[in-house]
Amino acid sequence: MNWLAACVATTVILTAASLVIGTSSIETSLGWLFTPDAQSAVILWQIRLPRTVGAWAAGALLGLAGAIAQGLFRNPLAEPYLLGTASGAALGVTLSLLGADASIGALAWTTKVGVTGAACVGACAAIALTILLSRGVLQTASLLLSGIVVAFLLSAVTSLLLLTRPDLWRSMQSFLLGSTGFLSWSGAALLGIALVLCIVPAILVSRGLDALSLGEDTAQSLGLSLRMLRLTLLGVLSLATAAAVGQVGIVGFIGLVAPHLVRETLTVNHRQLLIGAPLCGGALLQAADLVSRWIIHPAELPVGAVTAVVGGVYLVLLLWRRSRHD
Amino acid sequence: MSLSLGIQRRRHGLIAASVLLGLSLALAFGLAATTHAQSLRDDLGRDVRLIRPPRRVITLLPSITETVCALGACDRLVATDRYSDWPAAVRGLPKAGGLDDAEIELIVSLKPDLVILSRSQRITDRLAALGIASFALETDRYADIEHSIDVLGAILGLSERAAQLNSEIAARVRAIGDAARAQHDDHGPSVYFEVDRTPYAAGPSSFIGELLTRLGARNIVTADLGAFPKLNPEYVVRYPPDVIFVSSTDAPSLAERPGWGQLRAVKEQRYCSFPAEVRDTLVRPGPRVAEGMQAIADCLRRVAP
Repeated sequence: MNWLAACVATTVILTAASLVIGTSSIETSLGWLFTPDAQSAVILWQIRLPRTVGAWAAGALLGLAGAIAQGLFRNPLAEPYLLGTASGAALGVTLSLLGADASIGALAWTTKVGVTGAACVGACAAIALTILLSRGVLQTASLLLSGIVVAFLLSAVTSLLLLTRPDLWRSMQSFLLGSTGFLSWSGAALLGIALVLCIVPAILVSRGLDALSLGEDTAQSLGLSLRMLRLTLLGVLSLATAAAVGQVGIVGFIGLVAPHLVRETLTVNHRQLLIGAPLCGGALLQAADLVSRWIIHPAELPVGAVTAVVGGVYLVLLLWRRSRHD
Repeated sequence: MSLSLGIQRRRHGLIAASVLLGLSLALAFGLAATTHAQSLRDDLGRDVRLIRPPRRVITLLPSITETVCALGACDRLVATDRYSDWPAAVRGLPKAGGLDDAEIELIVSLKPDLVILSRSQRITDRLAALGIASFALETDRYADIEHSIDVLGAILGLSERAAQLNSEIAARVRAIGDAARAQHDDHGPSVYFEVDRTPYAAGPSSFIGELLTRLGARNIVTADLGAFPKLNPEYVVRYPPDVIFVSSTDAPSLAERPGWGQLRAVKEQRYCSFPAEVRDTLVRPGPRVAEGMQAIADCLRRVAP
C-alpha cells in the first residue's frame, strides 16, 4: 500500500505545481499566489485548479476503465476504447459540429446536449451497437470483434462526413488528440460524480473479476452469474469512458498503462487494482496536462499527444524488460 | 574528272546553301510560332514551359479559382476542386475532388492544358506521369495574392489585366487600412481572433493576422507563437482583448469557459462573427481580400470600445 500512498502524494504535489504552471513564468505565478489581484485570482482558482482536478478525475476514470477492460476481456492489452467508444464519441462530436454550424433540423438534439453530451451519447450508442452485434455479452472473442467492427464502421462514417466539411477537421483533430484546456469546476464535478458512480459498483463486483481471471468455467462453477457480472462491468466501463471522453476528448494510453503500472509494482487482487489504477491514472493525466501546458507555453500541446509519447515509451520498456526476463 | 569534281563541288555548294536557307527559314518560323512560349518557375521550383496560354484550365484551390475568374478567364475553367464556390459561375463546373484526393480520372478525361494547384508533390507527380502540365502556387500570406495574380496573368496571357487588378486591390486595401487607422490614432483595439474553439488563434504572421495588423488592430497573440498557435485558454484571460473574433456558434458559450466570464469583451459581448461567405474571404488569400478586410473594419468600428 506504500505504493498507493506514493500515488496520492504525487497527486498532491502535482496539484500544487499546477497552480504555478501556465502561461506565466513560475516566479510570476508564485507572486500571484502571495499577492493576488482580480485577474490572477481568476487564473489560479477558476482556470488552473479546476483544470488539474478535472484532469485527475478524467485520468482516474480512464485508469478504472482500463483495469475493468483488462479483467473483463482477460487481455492485458485491453483498453477503455476497445468497444468502439472512441469512434462513437468522435461521430457524436462530428454530428454536433455539423448540426451547430449548419442548423440541420435532424441534428437539433446535438446542439442541445453540446459537444460533451454528444460525445457521451455517441460513446454509449457505440457500446450498445457492439453488444447488439455480438448478440449479448457472454462471448469475449465476439465482443472484441464486434468492438473492432463498430470502431471501423463509425470512423468511416465520421471521415465521410468530415470530407464534406474540411473546416471542421481542426476541431475534430483536437478532440481526437484530447484537451484538458476548458475543464471548469462544473466539468470537474461531473467527472467526480461519474467516478464515484463507477468505482463503487466496480469494487462491489471485484471478487467476480478475480474469479473470472481463473477462466469462465471456473467462475461459473463458483456460482457467479456471468451475465450480471459482465453487464455491471460493461455498464461501469461505458459510463467511465463516456464521461472522460465527453470532458477531455480521446486521451490514449492512460487506460492501458495505469493498470500495468499497478500490477508491475504490486501483486494485487482486483479490489486493490480497481483502487490503484484510478489513483495512478489520475496522477498520470495530471502530469501529462502539466507537461502539455508547460513545454511550449504560452501555447500548449494536445494532452493526448503527450500521453501517447509517454505511454508508447513505457510499453516499449515493458516489452524490452519482459524479453530480457525470458 | 576535274569537271565532274567541279560540278560536284557546285552541287555541294547548292546543297549547303539550301540547307542553310532551310535552317534559317525553319528558325524564323520557329521563332514566330514560339513567341508566346514561356518558361515559368512554379512554387515547387519546377520550370513549367507553356507553348501558348492554356485554354482548358483546371484549378484545385478556391483562392486560385477566384484569381483566375477575377482575371476574366473564368470561361477557360473546365473543372475546379470541390470547395471552389466563387464566383457563382464556377458552381456548375465538374468538381475534381480536393487537393489531397483529386479525381485523376476526371482530370485526364477533361484534357486540360494546365492544372493549377497549391503545393502538392503527390498529385503533381501523378499528373506529370500522365503527361498533364501542372503549375503549383503557394497562397498562404498576403504577399502571395499579388504574386499569384502576377504569375497567373502571365500564364493566361492576361498580364495587363493582372497589373490592373493588383493596383486596384492595393489601392482598396490601403484605403480601408488608412480609414481604420485614422479612427483610433494608431492605437487600435486589442483583438483575439479565434480560428477554432480548441482554442486555435490567428497569430500576426497568418493571413488573417496580417489583415488585422493593416487595420491597426493589436493582436494579443505575439508573433513568436506562430501563425495558428493552439493557446492555453488562460492566455486570453491574462491578456484580455477589447474585441473577440469568434464563430457565431461558439459566441454564446464563451462566458461558460472557465475564467472567461470575467473578461470585459465577454461581459459586453464585443464579438465579431462573420457568415460563411465573409469567412471564406478571410481564409482564402485571393482577389476578394479587400472585402474581407472591409468586413473586419466595419465590425471593429461597431463593437470596439
